[in-house]
Amino acid sequence: MARIDVRKTYKLYIGGAFPRSESGHSYEVTDAGGKFVANASLASRKDARDAVVAARKAFGGWSGRTAYNRAQIVYRIAEVMEDRRPQFVTAVRQAEGLTAARAERVVDAAIDRLVWYAGWADKLTQVVGNANPVAGPYFNLSTPEPTGVVAVLAPQESSLLGLVSVVAPVIVTGNTAVVVSSYERPLPAVNFAEVLATSDVPGGVVNILTGAAPTIGPWLASHMDVNAIDLAGVAGDAALATDLEVAAADNLKRVRRAPAAEPDWNAEPPLTAMTDFVEIKTVWHPIGV
Amino acid sequence: MVPTGSSDNVFAYAPAPESRAIVDLQPSYGLFIDGAFVDGNGTPFKSINPATEETLAEVAEADERDVETAVKAARRAHTRVWSRMPGSERAKYLYRIARIIQERARELAVLESLDNGKPFRETRDIDVPVVAAHFFYYAGWADKLHYAGLGTSPRPLGVAAQVIPWNFPLLMLAWKVAPALAAGNTVVLKPAETTPLTALLFAEICQQADLPAGVVNIITGAGATGEALVGHPGVDKVAFTGSTAVGKAIARTVAGTDKRVTLELGGKAANIVFDDAPVDQAVEGIVDGIFFNQGHVCCAGSRLLVQESVADEVLAKLKRRVETLRVGDPLDKNTDVGAINSAEQLARIHELSASGEAEGAERWSPACDLPSTGFWFAPTIFTNVSLAHRIAREEIFGPVLSVLTFRTPSEAVEKANNTPYGLSAGVWTDKGSRILSMANQLKAGVVWANTFNKFDPTSPFGGFKESGYGREGGRHGLAAYLAADEQDGER
Repeated sequence: MARIDVRKTYKLYIGGAFPRSESGHSYEVTDAGGKFVANASLASRKDARDAVVAARKAFGGWSGRTAYNRAQIVYRIAEVMEDRRPQFVTAVRQAEGLTAARAERVVDAAIDRLVWYAGWADKLTQVVGNANPVAGPYFNLSTPEPTGVVAVLAPQESSLLGLVSVVAPVIVTGNTAVVVSSYERPLPAVNFAEVLATSDVPGGVVNILTGAAPTIGPWLASHMDVNAIDLAGVAGDAALATDLEVAAADNLKRVRRAPAAEPDWNAEPPLTAMTDFVEIKTVWHPIGV
Repeated sequence: MVPTGSSDNVFAYAPAPESRAIVDLQPSYGLFIDGAFVDGNGTPFKSINPATEETLAEVAEADERDVETAVKAARRAHTRVWSRMPGSERAKYLYRIARIIQERARELAVLESLDNGKPFRETRDIDVPVVAAHFFYYAGWADKLHYAGLGTSPRPLGVAAQVIPWNFPLLMLAWKVAPALAAGNTVVLKPAETTPLTALLFAEICQQADLPAGVVNIITGAGATGEALVGHPGVDKVAFTGSTAVGKAIARTVAGTDKRVTLELGGKAANIVFDDAPVDQAVEGIVDGIFFNQGHVCCAGSRLLVQESVADEVLAKLKRRVETLRVGDPLDKNTDVGAINSAEQLARIHELSASGEAEGAERWSPACDLPSTGFWFAPTIFTNVSLAHRIAREEIFGPVLSVLTFRTPSEAVEKANNTPYGLSAGVWTDKGSRILSMANQLKAGVVWANTFNKFDPTSPFGGFKESGYGREGGRHGLAAYLAADEQDGER
């Protein structure tokens, strides 16, 4: 008799734990060919709010870590992913319908992207900061600081490389993230959450919700304790992107706008992927004896 | 106030008014579009001297058609002239403008003082020199854009719509126009309706500098004109300085467009004084923080957080110092605090101050003779203020200080950050490690340690949270008018 599979329950990732949706809802996830794969938790408004609370709670500690330490941890994510490479290849194949060879390239690119971002942690300040020669006896220094809690609507098509490409720049700069995964391709994001949970990333720094950007997005866009939002996940839906940007104006969130179509995530990211989520702080002090 | 004293007192106050003869005002002004002054299609309005309520000049109102004409002129100038001109040539225009500002500094300072109500001493020593410095600073960037950190060939954005407030009319113009032009953009700028005159004099300076037509366009009007301008589809960049409410409205207007935006909005800065602070310097900083420019300063130190153990000493010295402030004629070179800019703003300051009393804070002002005409408000200090009071939460934008106390550094941080704003903060202490720790924890775009209200063209300025986004000044201020050499908005 054939062995009965032990099927996995795919859950949310909030505050370092893996809860089911408080709503009790789940939805069917199929592979690229339309065949049932698993049920995923369908995140609700309450889940999104819980995730914001967790992200806010984690912000002080995470932003207070040294850049060196954040670099170490983001690099550690890459290490753990590399270790679980076959699992990600399977997940990406299933989700995106790629050949094994192409799925491997996607996973490699995602891991390499994390390594690339890890290196930015202690360099961004030197690249975008400035000592300013003011016309007076003052020490004057401008440095970037994380904006705070960032809502990330992850890309719908690129379920892993796209996801990593929008999450890494947010956290490597010291922000914490509430991420809404691809709706139809959520399982690589759940696998990624499991990597995060075992990569020295403090609970709450990244929270991952599986569910629909059009339903959760508005709650995050209008949430008064969210400081910024990346609209990558609604690329191509100009009407929804506009609504979310309008909602984001309520507390003047920093908005990384949705592109007209999902970009090629293989390209090297521009600096704005990070600088859109940092604030420049300038400190003055008199010079004298 | 300082007693007038007897005639044998050689230190007795004597007025030292600056002559206004240097200013040659026309009875009415048109819009400055495509290099010439033209009539507006809207209803002309008057700009008054807030210190006397006399009419200074009548100014045209730009309606939607005028906005259209101005944006078209700016577009034409951008594509045909300004974006094609080598940076080194653009630089020379900016240097020329900077020099003319220096040459006409006295005239600009007097006019600014007349139209705004701010003390001539400030327009002469701060506003106008810093305006010239901004043009000098950004002039030098025009042929060095490839060093700005945006790749080897950064591009200008195109036409910039710029809407500025009334508190530093010419200085805000300089903050907007200088980096925009240096980067190769052309501009349509709308000054505030109560303070349009120095912007119109600046238009004359552009003519005097032979700046190509359409590179700078100045259209006057109120909120509706500004709305039409930022909403115009031909605009690539919006730069606004003003209230948080209007900033949010602009953020909604530009949603779904490709327009790039910088917003410099309100503030409710904490000025934090520790028990080891040099008290006399701190008192000067507190006074400068809240009474400079009548408190019409978005980064004003409007909340004094003083450590409990030194609160009595600091307050006593502060009140003694405030008693020496001279309130009155803005053109008098003795004047420390000038006129409130408008009747509307004065009403707001009265309303919020009344709420302070009603909510239980203790109000204090020095004995103070205020002129009988014009808009005036005596320097005011509220003590026993709690964080929940409106005067501790809302931007008053007037010479009103709310005093709160704290015991520990972490309580100071907690109280300082307990606001939707995040523009600036002050820290006064002799302990270096504490300064740096506070500077790290304060959610504010500018932190002044053992100083306050310092501005410089090289130094980025702008807020966290609801104080807006983007920076003005320095390399960061330049970058706000440039697109990286990759496709803008690429991921």
